[in-house]
Amino acid sequence: MNETLKKYFRMNRLPHIWCPGCGNGIVVGALVRAIDKLGLNPDKTSIISGIGCSSRSSGYLNFDTVHTAHGRALTFATGLKLARPDLNVIVLTGDGDATAIGGNHFIHAARRNIDLTTIVFNNNIYGMTGGQYSPLTPTHSKATTSPYGHIENPFDITELAKASGASYVARGTTYHTLELINLIADAISHKGFSVVEAITACPISFGRQNKLGNAPAMMKWQKENTISVKAASKLPAEQLAGKVVIGELYRRQAPEYTAEYQKVIDRVTGGNGQ
Amino acid sequence: MVIINTKFCKGCQICVDFCPKHIIKLDDMQKAQIIDQSKCISCGFCELRCPDYAITVVKE
Repeated sequence: MNETLKKYFRMNRLPHIWCPGCGNGIVVGALVRAIDKLGLNPDKTSIISGIGCSSRSSGYLNFDTVHTAHGRALTFATGLKLARPDLNVIVLTGDGDATAIGGNHFIHAARRNIDLTTIVFNNNIYGMTGGQYSPLTPTHSKATTSPYGHIENPFDITELAKASGASYVARGTTYHTLELINLIADAISHKGFSVVEAITACPISFGRQNKLGNAPAMMKWQKENTISVKAASKLPAEQLAGKVVIGELYRRQAPEYTAEYQKVIDRVTGGNGQ
Repeated sequence: MVIINTKFCKGCQICVDFCPKHIIKLDDMQKAQIIDQSKCISCGFCELRCPDYAITVVKE
C-alpha cells in the first residue's frame, strides 16, 4: 500500500479477514483514495457500517467509526448527521444489510435526502454467514438457501434509490477501480443522499456455488458484462439486455434534510437556535 | 518498482491476471512475486486492484 494511504488505516488490524480475492478490499481501497483525493479532514469524517463482510471495513479504517447493528447503519448515520451536520458521514453496507434487514431504513434515508454517502458493497450473497441468498442475488443463481436455483427477482438498488428520492446514484465495479474512486469522490462531494453500488466479487461464497471461477475470472465478468452510461445511451434497449450500466446514473439538486431542519430551528427560535 | 508485502498477500491472483506486462507470478508459497522488475511500466493497476493492500508501486 502506498505510504500516503497508510494514515487512513488502522495498520495494527491488517491484514484483514476477507477471503482471498474478495473485492471488498478493493472497494475500501477506492474509498480511501477518494477521501485522499478530496483531502477530507479525518477528524471531520465518520464511517458507519452495519453487519456483514463489507461492514467489517469500519474496523480497519482510521477514522471515527461505528460498527452498528444489522441493517441499522443508516439510522445511526442519520442520528449522527442530524447532531453534527458539519461531519462527512459515510455509510458502508452490504447488499443484504442495505436491502433486506435495512431495506426500510434505506428507502427512508433516501426519501429524506439527508447528506449521507452510502456505499453498497454488492457481492450478491450473504458471504459471512455461509452464502445464503440476498435480495440482490440474481434469479436462477445458486445459494446455500436456493440449492436448485433462485426463483426470486433481485432489486435494482440504483433504481430503488432513485425512486425513493436519493439525489445522487452511481454504480461501479471493482474491475473499473479508477472510475469507482471518482464515483465515490463525487458521491461524497454531493450535498444530499448519495448511493454508490459497488459490484464486488465474492469468489468463495457466491462464485464457488455458481461455478464462476476464481477472483480474476469474476472481475473479467465485470469487465465483459458492464457498459458505461455514455455508451448505453447510444444503444437500443434490446442490445442492453443482460448488460450492467456503470457510471453516474442519476443526479439532481434537491433540498437537503439537515439544512431544511436548521431552517426550521432558526424559524422557531427566531435565529437563536444551534 | 513494485514492492510486495508477502505478509498481506493471500495469493488471489488478481495482480497476476491483470498485469499488462505479465511480470507477476505466484511463488511456491502462493504469494505474488515480481519476475522482472525492469519490465514494469508503473501503471499502478496491481496496487489499485490488490484487495489485500499488499502491493506498493513506487513510480520512478
